[in-house]
Amino acid sequence: MAINTEFIGRTYPATAPYAVGREKIREFARSLGDANPAYFDVAAAQAAGHTDLVAPPTFAIVISMGSGEQVVFDPELGLDYTRVVHGDQRFVHHRPILAGDELSCVVSVDDIRTVAGNDMITVKTEITDSFGAPVSTVYSLLLSRGEE
Amino acid sequence: MDAEQVTVGYEIPEQEFTITRADLVRYAGASGDFNVIHWNERVAREVGLPNVIAHGMFTMGLAIRVVTDWVGDPSAVVEYSCRFTRPVPVPDDSVGTVLTVSAKVTELLDSNRAVISLTAKNDGVTVLGKARAVVTLPA
Repeated sequence: MAINTEFIGRTYPATAPYAVGREKIREFARSLGDANPAYFDVAAAQAAGHTDLVAPPTFAIVISMGSGEQVVFDPELGLDYTRVVHGDQRFVHHRPILAGDELSCVVSVDDIRTVAGNDMITVKTEITDSFGAPVSTVYSLLLSRGEE
Repeated sequence: MDAEQVTVGYEIPEQEFTITRADLVRYAGASGDFNVIHWNERVAREVGLPNVIAHGMFTMGLAIRVVTDWVGDPSAVVEYSCRFTRPVPVPDDSVGTVLTVSAKVTELLDSNRAVISLTAKNDGVTVLGKARAVVTLPA
């Protein structure tokens, strides 16, 4: 089934808030083997001017991947998820993600293209805090490999 | 680091990261990405991959450590992007595979920011394309 290009520009309702926890930040940093004190030591993070532990630069994927599922698994989109690979990834941080944040996502379909039989969809996630202020903009390009 | 010494062409110290199957399992749990191609060799081979492959996001997350270790405060990374151009196969042994990451400053922007270009190689092959970070340098 061909991918439905009418999805370009479609925006989904905001997700329920994701509560960023200190232990989740520590677990994520530990999985990357990263001992940076800003991820583990509240006093060190505060000495650097933050209110609490700082999340690693790619942590936003934990939040955006979950919210993006409502798009990629939308049956009307027609994306064959069994053939999907991650093509590109981009993070734009308007401010750091910190422990204690309550973050919501608004997901939209930024672009859909078919190149050489491969369907490509760019999902954009706007992450905002509980005051509605922008935190991160996350772009994920997923590529569904065409049938041989 | 001394921000005053940072000029275009400045080379950030290279690092090597070993990736084993256990690392992929740990990252799957921490990130919530349980795609079977990152832990099940049978399924990975069935879909035409050479072996279990590392999560692209794991490789991307490791690579930026070169920058955050150098700059100190990880919140200095205000932008980070890459393409996943080649898979990183991870063998079922205790040795694993090695990711080698180098980075250099390619442009200086206003507001004390620098553009950094990263090169990530596995087995001599570049695995991230157009890997680029924008970093706010310490004042």
